Amino acid sequence: MNTQTTPEKPASLSKRPTGFMAVDTETASAIEPATMIEMDAFSAWYGDFQALDNLDLEIPEKRVTAFIGPSGCGKSTLLKWINRMNDVIPTAHAAGHLCLPDIDILSRTTDVVALRRRIGMVFQKPNPFPKSIYDNIAFGPRLHYTGLRRSDLDNLVEWSLKKAALWDEVKDRLNQSALGLSGGQQQRLCIARAISIGPEILLMDEPCSALDPASTSRIEDLIFELRKQYTIVIVTHNMQQAARCSDQTAFFFEGRIIEAGPTRELFTRPREKQTEDYVTGKFG
Amino acid sequence: MATSEHPILKPFETNCKFGFRSLSGIYAREWGVKSLLAACALLSVLTTLAIVVVLFTEATRFFHADRVVCDAVTLQDGERVVCDTYVATSTGETAGDVVTCPACEASHTLPAAVTFVDFMTGTEWNPLIGKETDKKFGVWALISGTLIVSLIAMLVAIPLGMITAIYLSEYAHPRVRSILKPTLEVLAGIPTVVYGFFALMVITPGLQFFHDGFSTFNATAAGLAVGILCLPIVSSLVEDALQAVPRSLREGGYGMGATKFEVSTKIVVPAALSGIMSAFLLAVSRTVGETMIVALAAGSRPHLTMDPRDDTQTMTGWMVQMALGDNSNFDMTYLSMYAVATVLFVITMSLTISGNVVRNRFREEYQ
Repeated sequence: MNTQTTPEKPASLSKRPTGFMAVDTETASAIEPATMIEMDAFSAWYGDFQALDNLDLEIPEKRVTAFIGPSGCGKSTLLKWINRMNDVIPTAHAAGHLCLPDIDILSRTTDVVALRRRIGMVFQKPNPFPKSIYDNIAFGPRLHYTGLRRSDLDNLVEWSLKKAALWDEVKDRLNQSALGLSGGQQQRLCIARAISIGPEILLMDEPCSALDPASTSRIEDLIFELRKQYTIVIVTHNMQQAARCSDQTAFFFEGRIIEAGPTRELFTRPREKQTEDYVTGKFG
Repeated sequence: MATSEHPILKPFETNCKFGFRSLSGIYAREWGVKSLLAACALLSVLTTLAIVVVLFTEATRFFHADRVVCDAVTLQDGERVVCDTYVATSTGETAGDVVTCPACEASHTLPAAVTFVDFMTGTEWNPLIGKETDKKFGVWALISGTLIVSLIAMLVAIPLGMITAIYLSEYAHPRVRSILKPTLEVLAGIPTVVYGFFALMVITPGLQFFHDGFSTFNATAAGLAVGILCLPIVSSLVEDALQAVPRSLREGGYGMGATKFEVSTKIVVPAALSGIMSAFLLAVSRTVGETMIVALAAGSRPHLTMDPRDDTQTMTGWMVQMALGDNSNFDMTYLSMYAVATVLFVITMSLTISGNVVRNRFREEYQ
């Protein structure tokens, strides 16, 4: 059903896999979504310290899944395992099952570069490269696609910036340094950069924690828009944010998932006492 | 805490034997310490100033140095004979003074011996040979020697230093790094005279083994040795610059599916470019000023050449020869050392300053 492409999509990139396929939100919400990321008895360690303990979780496709929990509970660790960012930490290791529909993420033979092409990441602090706005967006496509003409690249930059709701603010200064943007604009630039290579999944590690309320609200609107096309996993400390913009929520505590389920249920009728205490602000 | 409860400080009525220290004493001591520290800091500034003053005054003396050759013409047996006697002026006359030729008693006005323009544009340097009038002070003969040696040194130090720095900063396992870094620092700690000897005894024969054209003293051997000397400087400064690039930029790159090499070359190095450029400039300045290696291995024949196989003399090489040589009297030839030193000083100072300017002007400010 998802064969129709978005109207703004650059024509030259039509060979792009599923990430660029548009989906009708109405239809998508009506049917039960497929599982995008599946975890089964997943545990992770830093050296001897067990950061994640026996997680079972299914992250649905084209939905927003929020990870909440107090600091140090392992939610960022899990996020970094999903696109193998933990590879750079020599002591980090994991066991169990962590899979995309067609890829075993943890397998030694998994091509990390190909994996990260499918899983974009947005970090806690906006981290635009010290290049122009244009070159920030063009960085990924230049890495991953061959035979790009200048016009293709121009289209792609415009498309990505429009998707990230930044185009109108920066279209006249694409060649200026990205470091001159405000914090909120920088974070939207990072989102545009992440989607420029057509990922299927977007991981967001507390994307609004360094932003003011107005910028936060713009990013949340953006997340709501992007969930039509991308599977989004967002780590947040902000309970209201999780409640506002996620479909599913998983509550982490001391490396375990205490409770996971539809966001509304988890916030209004939590099954576990710990969850209730956390979402009502008694601890955390 | 109320004074009455304080374990030492009792209320003043109770004849307490403890009191506050005298504030004026504290302030006096603070002032004394501050002055002492400032004086020490000032010492380096004063030393620099003193050196600059000496350099410039001595160089000025060079340009005003006095010598004249008697050109009086007499008629002897119907033939015109030029006196052609060198009129040395040991009594401190300067340009413009009138001196008398000891042979024919003609009067001469002392000219400025070497004009600044002649010095800065001349390409011939031969103060040690020939008649006094034939001496030529064209500094480009020495500058060309310095240039060729520095060029060869930079061809070695910049690529190798860059690669080493990228490896150390981006790739090396901490354990490898903990071995490699101290080794590089040892390289930086070797006395330069050892490098000079190494160049003369090992590098030159090695070069001659491959190619007959190399002289016993040659610019290539000296340049290679200076390059090895500068390698640790380049790699350590560049590594500092790379390390200063925030981790979050690397993560951003990896998150985009870039490989380690792509992250290093397309993100980290461009982000550190100002620091890298400034490292290069500082290294060049070090190369230009390097003395012992070139004095030993490059030779002592100043001439305008860009042939790396040839022997040559650098500015520093000339200064060593003058400072140690047997030119005991303070004549033109000796004074030329200061003029050359001034040129060298101006070059290295501008390199250092532009290094700082590059680093400050083009530094990216990260949040």
